[in-house]
Amino acid sequence: MIARLSAGAFALCLLSVPAFAQGAKPTDPQIAHIAYTAGQLDIEAAKQALAKSKDKEVRSFAQDMVRDHTEVNKQALALVKKLNVKPEDNDTSRALTKQAAAKRAELAKLNGSAFDKAYVANEVAYHKTVNGALESTLIPSANNGELKSLLQTGLKLFQGHEQHAEHVAADLK
Amino acid sequence: MTPGRIGIVAVAAYALSSVPARSATIQVVIDKLVFAPTEVTAKIGDTVEWVNKDALAHTATATNGDWNAVLAPRQTGRVVLKKAGAVDYFCKYHPNMKGRVVVTP
Repeated sequence: MIARLSAGAFALCLLSVPAFAQGAKPTDPQIAHIAYTAGQLDIEAAKQALAKSKDKEVRSFAQDMVRDHTEVNKQALALVKKLNVKPEDNDTSRALTKQAAAKRAELAKLNGSAFDKAYVANEVAYHKTVNGALESTLIPSANNGELKSLLQTGLKLFQGHEQHAEHVAADLK
Repeated sequence: MTPGRIGIVAVAAYALSSVPARSATIQVVIDKLVFAPTEVTAKIGDTVEWVNKDALAHTATATNGDWNAVLAPRQTGRVVLKKAGAVDYFCKYHPNMKGRVVVTP
């Protein structure tokens, strides 16, 4: 449990601390990059689940993740184009990407219900982490009103996914 | 019900909803993952119509299992209410989206 807690705390640190701890707020180009990256990583996680899982509910959840995040990222790309903002890579995006790659490698070694449980548990944790970052850092730091509004919708969506993942996790027990 | 009363009800329903019957259609709009209004009141035989303005798929799923409307992106779904009572519903894909339909006899 302690190991689990500190792993969770570490994940939160990775996401919210490195680039912006010293009072430097992320800029809109960085925020756009982080939000887009967070969506893409969840799509990649879902694709791994679709390749590995045979559980109907897990597969259906993964399909929902691909569908929703693809759509929101489409909207995000349309918005940055309209605003003439060029998404800018940053430490938070890189940390998220690195962490997701490690998780994918870890999940790749699992099969059957062990994979299903680990994938869904990570979906709960991942969405929780992203929600925390959206609420505490990304939404308050966003300058552009339309970007802020898209992030707020994104937060509602991620919160919905977190609850959905919690339901699936409960059903897998 | 007297013939006179039937006539009045029919005229009223026609005028209000343009549905040539006694039943009404109550609209709930989904925009940015919110059901609005959150709670609607209807009578048995009425239809609830969900207008999904989001580019995301949603559902309106009764928690008691009575009905389930699948709402594709930017599409509309309907449920005809057959039983009296208050029914809570949610979106299966985003369970933080919640609403309520109160059905009176």
